[in-house]
Amino acid sequence: MTKCYHCGDDCSTTAIVFDEKNFCCNGCKTVYEIFQTNDLTYYYDLQSAAGTTPLVIEGKYDFLNSDKITQRLIEFDDGTNQIVNLFIPGIHCSSCIWVLENLKKLHPGVTNSQVDFPKKMIRITFNRELVSLKDLVVLLARIGYEPYISLDDYDKGKSKTDRSILYKLGVAGFAFGNIMFLSFPEYFEVGEFWLDQYKGLFRWLMFAFSLPVVFYAGNDYFISAYKGLRSGLLNIDVPIALGILVLFLRSSFEIVFNLGSGFFDSLTGLIFFLLVGRYFQQKTYSFLSFERDYKSYFPIAVTRLNKTKKEETVQVYEIKRGDRLLIRNKELIPVDGILISSRAQIDYSFVTGESEPVQKNSGDKVFAGGRQSYGAIEIETLKSVSQSYLTQLWSNSVFEKDKTTTFQTLTDSIGKRFTIAVLTIAIIAASFWMFHDSSKVLNVFTAVLIIACPCAIALAAPFTLGNMLRIFGRKKFYLKDSHVIEQLAQIDTAIFDKTGTITTTESNTITYEGMELTAEEESLLKNTLRASNHPLSRSLYELLKEHNIETLDDYREFTGKGVQGVKDKSDIKVGSADFVGHQQQSDYKSTAVHVSTNDLYKGCFVFHNNYREGVSEVFKNMGDYVDLAVISGDNEGEKARLEKLLPKLTPLYFNQRPTDKLEFIKELQAVDKKVLMVGDGLNDAGALAQSNVGLAISENINVFSPACDGILDATKFKYLNNYILASKKAMNIIKLCFVLSLMYNVVGLYFAVTGQLEPVIAAILMPLSSISIVAFATLATNVIGKKLN
Amino acid sequence: MSVIYLLLTISIVVALVFFAAFIIAVRSGQYDDSYTPSVRMLFEDEVIKTTAEKSDAKIEKSIQLNKKQKL
Repeated sequence: MTKCYHCGDDCSTTAIVFDEKNFCCNGCKTVYEIFQTNDLTYYYDLQSAAGTTPLVIEGKYDFLNSDKITQRLIEFDDGTNQIVNLFIPGIHCSSCIWVLENLKKLHPGVTNSQVDFPKKMIRITFNRELVSLKDLVVLLARIGYEPYISLDDYDKGKSKTDRSILYKLGVAGFAFGNIMFLSFPEYFEVGEFWLDQYKGLFRWLMFAFSLPVVFYAGNDYFISAYKGLRSGLLNIDVPIALGILVLFLRSSFEIVFNLGSGFFDSLTGLIFFLLVGRYFQQKTYSFLSFERDYKSYFPIAVTRLNKTKKEETVQVYEIKRGDRLLIRNKELIPVDGILISSRAQIDYSFVTGESEPVQKNSGDKVFAGGRQSYGAIEIETLKSVSQSYLTQLWSNSVFEKDKTTTFQTLTDSIGKRFTIAVLTIAIIAASFWMFHDSSKVLNVFTAVLIIACPCAIALAAPFTLGNMLRIFGRKKFYLKDSHVIEQLAQIDTAIFDKTGTITTTESNTITYEGMELTAEEESLLKNTLRASNHPLSRSLYELLKEHNIETLDDYREFTGKGVQGVKDKSDIKVGSADFVGHQQQSDYKSTAVHVSTNDLYKGCFVFHNNYREGVSEVFKNMGDYVDLAVISGDNEGEKARLEKLLPKLTPLYFNQRPTDKLEFIKELQAVDKKVLMVGDGLNDAGALAQSNVGLAISENINVFSPACDGILDATKFKYLNNYILASKKAMNIIKLCFVLSLMYNVVGLYFAVTGQLEPVIAAILMPLSSISIVAFATLATNVIGKKLN
Repeated sequence: MSVIYLLLTISIVVALVFFAAFIIAVRSGQYDDSYTPSVRMLFEDEVIKTTAEKSDAKIEKSIQLNKKQKL
């Protein structure tokens, strides 16, 4: 089986040979030709078979002819030069980067192009007089790097990058290093004459360095603690802010009244380590978006037929009631409308969960969100985009809520107890010394508050969870942020959608029921199917055994009904039940393709959903510690198969609308259940938002998935149980880290309570505890990662 | 020993210069993407084909090729 030189797919029997290389299709060969003519064959040297088959559909980018639309997409325009940022989901390797940065070789109008690989974006500077945005996009699509332009890009303005964490890290690190040097003389206090002379100078320099750290780099903690106290919550930032404040005040007091050298080194070190933890925790997958709503699913513009039946591109928001729209093959229907064309096959699997395309006839209502499969249709608009059924789904209040504010992390709950415990110890210790040696009271009180460092506690979670995020990401399980891991470890109920989530649309299982076909009948069947473009015909064609290709005497296709082929006096009809002349029980739910030869009914091929690999095991293993259920928007056709596949007594619900799913989860949460929702399409959007953790399964992560907390690549579905167990282990590691930090705190408190806290002790203890906790957390999570497949 | 004032001043000024360089580097957007430059630097340098005529001919050909594949 030869492999295509360009994309690596199998060539099957139809390999095209060009320049002594094999290609699977004309598209791949054309891209190779383009590269070869323009001296870009280094593309294949960097990474073999790095290409993708170009997918160009006629008229798809006509909306870029409109100046109004391109103005919103272009970042910079000075009349001659324009700069545009395009999102290209197909970027996946170094060859992609190379060829896209050499775009100027493919068209002289391109001045410069730069790829941002983590974001999968390309920034192209081009001369608008030589090339237009539309030409550029078409060129990219032709070489297999089609940009993804959606309504979201049109609406969203430019976003400013937030670099403040880097600035704060810089300030804190810079000050920390310098203060360490300046405080060395006082560590080794030898009573030396010259050291004494210049003590003041060094101390005031340290004070000066610490000012930007406390007031700029550390201000997040003060703000967060203040907000927490205002709403009555004691989160982890309260003891941190308290510690910083006490450190700063006591140190300044000491140098003003010449009582000591202060603890500026520990102060800046504390803030520096905390910021490092926060930076590490902020791992984001910039090429994915967890915030997508219907706008990223919709196109920017559609083709409208005006009064004179001419086609014009119109922006989706401008569609009015009564407009006639032309929807081409594979295009999205953006508005609710009435079908004008005689017939249509609309795929609603993403919107309602129905696995088979719905047949519509002229005069039927069609809803927004469906994808037209198979031919172009004309519809008349009933409602504008903002009023259509699909957009109404997003008006549900669940989308306004921010899930993160209501969840209290483990760190915060520990932080609460920590603050109370520390304050209690400080007060007890201070009152003790009040009776024995009142000069030490203030010293001991502040020392306890300083040394009882919450920084180790504050670092445990960021490093553990940050590392887990990265490990999961390598296993193609992308989570929005580290809170999701904590939530995932707590779930006790899991709800699964059916279509697209536990079934895969990639292939079908086809079984045959009826009389066996003879060899000639099979050959005739296969040859008849070969001529048809219908998706069901193609699937069936792949299934049948190899037969010689023969030309038919006669072939006819009846849209929406079936196909007929004739050869050597035998004819075969393939299609719907009444087309082949068979009386069918009308409640038969699954899709079936019936066959009759010479007007004699033979049997039918039944198409079943193909379930993902490992569904049974995942359900069985998860059933040990969570309650399971399957909620589907599809009909009951698969009920029997599901009952066999899943553990006994798993509740199954069918024909559920998107709002039904949402309500179901709400009811569970009302009895305090922590719900995980696993879904994939727009019909799951409400449920994903309502649940404690919403995961979207994606066959191709570059393509739209609804707003969720995590995206799981479809090939990794069978490891879902392992990922949840790993999250629980991560939480245990955090708890171990807390215990470890407690030990350090006990040692430090010994020094503080007895009034022996010297700056040098604090300066050693704090970094030591922080670094050891970070090391432990990282090593432990790496061990978990290794165990995960 | 009063030379220590001078030494401290010089060392602080040098440190501040490096700090300023850091801030300028971050502002210029260098650190927004820390992965792609690592790949970019491994690309081989191109051998520049000599005559201008050859490059003109190439441009002609590439425009033609684009036009030919118009849908």
